[in-house]
Amino acid sequence: MARIFAYIIHKNGVADDSAAELAAAASKIDAHAACTAIVIGSGSELDSVCAAVQVSFAEVWKISNAALAYPNAELIRPLLAKIVPAGSVVLLPHDHFSIDLAPGLSVKLNAAFVSDVLGIDGLDGHFLKLVRQEFGGQVSAHVKCDASSGAVITIRPGAFKAVAGPKPVGVVLDKSAEIGSLTAGRRYLETIVAEASDVDITKHAVLVSIGRGIQEKDNVGIAQELAEALGAAVSCSRPVVDAKWLEKSRQVGSSGKTVKPKVYLACGISGAFQHLAGIKGNPFIIAINKNPKAPIFQVADIGIVDDILEFLPQLTSKVQEMRGAAAK
Amino acid sequence: MEILVCVKRVPDTSENEIELNSAGNDIERGDLVYSINEPDNYAVEEALQIAARVGGKVSVVTVGGEDDEEVLRREMAMGASHGILLSDPGFAGSDGRGIASILKAFVQKGSYDLILTGVQAEDGAAQVGGMLAAMLDYPFASLVTSIDVLDEKKLKVSREIEGGNKEVSEIDLPSVLSIQTGINEPRYVGMKGIRAVQSVPIPTQGAGDLGLKPAEIGAAAKVTRMDYFVPVLGTGARMLDKSREENAEEVLELIAAKGGLK
Repeated sequence: MARIFAYIIHKNGVADDSAAELAAAASKIDAHAACTAIVIGSGSELDSVCAAVQVSFAEVWKISNAALAYPNAELIRPLLAKIVPAGSVVLLPHDHFSIDLAPGLSVKLNAAFVSDVLGIDGLDGHFLKLVRQEFGGQVSAHVKCDASSGAVITIRPGAFKAVAGPKPVGVVLDKSAEIGSLTAGRRYLETIVAEASDVDITKHAVLVSIGRGIQEKDNVGIAQELAEALGAAVSCSRPVVDAKWLEKSRQVGSSGKTVKPKVYLACGISGAFQHLAGIKGNPFIIAINKNPKAPIFQVADIGIVDDILEFLPQLTSKVQEMRGAAAK
Repeated sequence: MEILVCVKRVPDTSENEIELNSAGNDIERGDLVYSINEPDNYAVEEALQIAARVGGKVSVVTVGGEDDEEVLRREMAMGASHGILLSDPGFAGSDGRGIASILKAFVQKGSYDLILTGVQAEDGAAQVGGMLAAMLDYPFASLVTSIDVLDEKKLKVSREIEGGNKEVSEIDLPSVLSIQTGINEPRYVGMKGIRAVQSVPIPTQGAGDLGLKPAEIGAAAKVTRMDYFVPVLGTGARMLDKSREENAEEVLELIAAKGGLK
């Protein structure tokens, strides 16, 4: 069996949750595999990352270099292609970094590539049977991957549960001397942090969240009226921001804000995982969508198949009725 | 600046409910409405805006069959000056690596300063752009949300990272960028625009024209989709199926019960 490597995402000396999830995914490929974690960065904070992942991996490769202080995929890809043995399986979490790094890495390693994997049905000879999704999560697919010359696989965050229990503590090997020269045609300049806005959707107990189903900018008012009546805030999914109907600060999801409301009204939102990734704290989810097959109905507590342009005004008038009655 | 945009025709998920066929091995394709993959359309718009700012031409290319000409024409109606169809029976069954190999062969026959793709196709894996860059040894950036041309040798690009933050980098040309939705506001294409390019010839190139060997494409794929299925995830929502008014009343009660009413 090929060696399995896991790329560790870390920030400020703390390993990302995905580290333990990759270890769990590796054990699904081969229960007896001795998986190696790769920790790349610079400075003393790398040691705390290595210490944190030692409990999940048989071996930890540490690569430290001042030029790697910021994880630039264009620097890291050739480095990995140099140190990872041919025929290996390399696991990464499916995020903005691996979208940058992984497809090209598979070319450089001459390995198969499968992205955003949510399930591993195991290894049959040198064929991996994997599960992924298409069409925004409306359907799943089994994928057969010939790993005879290795594979690069990105794993959906949260899809694999970290395996609990004590394990032998892995040995840390410093591989910094093996990486060769570090130059790239892309140079990191700066990170621009999202601006704060007047409405902070992360602070609200109830969110009226709208998606593509709102159809046009003029309809956003329908959601605003409901939010006003409820004392809630309006948030949204990506297509609403792309269309410039609401500002970026209102977007819930992996590329937007992470919210923890008590009640989440998903209105005309299909429920792609990038959106669901931004909803934490197990809120009560009420989904309204015209499409009975929308993936949001799989994760919601309550579902209604209806046109939000008709349903939301109805709900608003019910809230106003109730408030009116209470005021009398 | 010579810009090439790689596009794909996909089932439009905003127009279709994607369902399994009766055999359960594919999606039901009979009544599907197809359109250009949404991020690819943003990529074409971005290319046109760059060409308008600094000069140059925009070409669009796709790998597929006759039916795929319609997306090339649509993007030509937006302003792309050339459309090229890469088509060959031997391309069938190609995985992402195969598609990238076909595009690489095409790119090497031309002279492009910048190659754009959409970040991901509806039925795709966010892979072809990154693979193409690696095959060409060009620098790559994914999830790009802004492009500034600094000079004829480099660009300044922003990438979308977590939490609404942006990563800003300088990237050398020629390079490959995968474009995220929302980077611009793609122009409207009317029937009149489509008609204007209806008779423009679209050249087709096959495996022979591109000098591709069977081992690089089609059935050589290492990754193959075996089937589609609809997963059962948890118990799913309790569906309210009374009248609209009754449903609204129940939703209001539930919001109140969950402590959501101030």
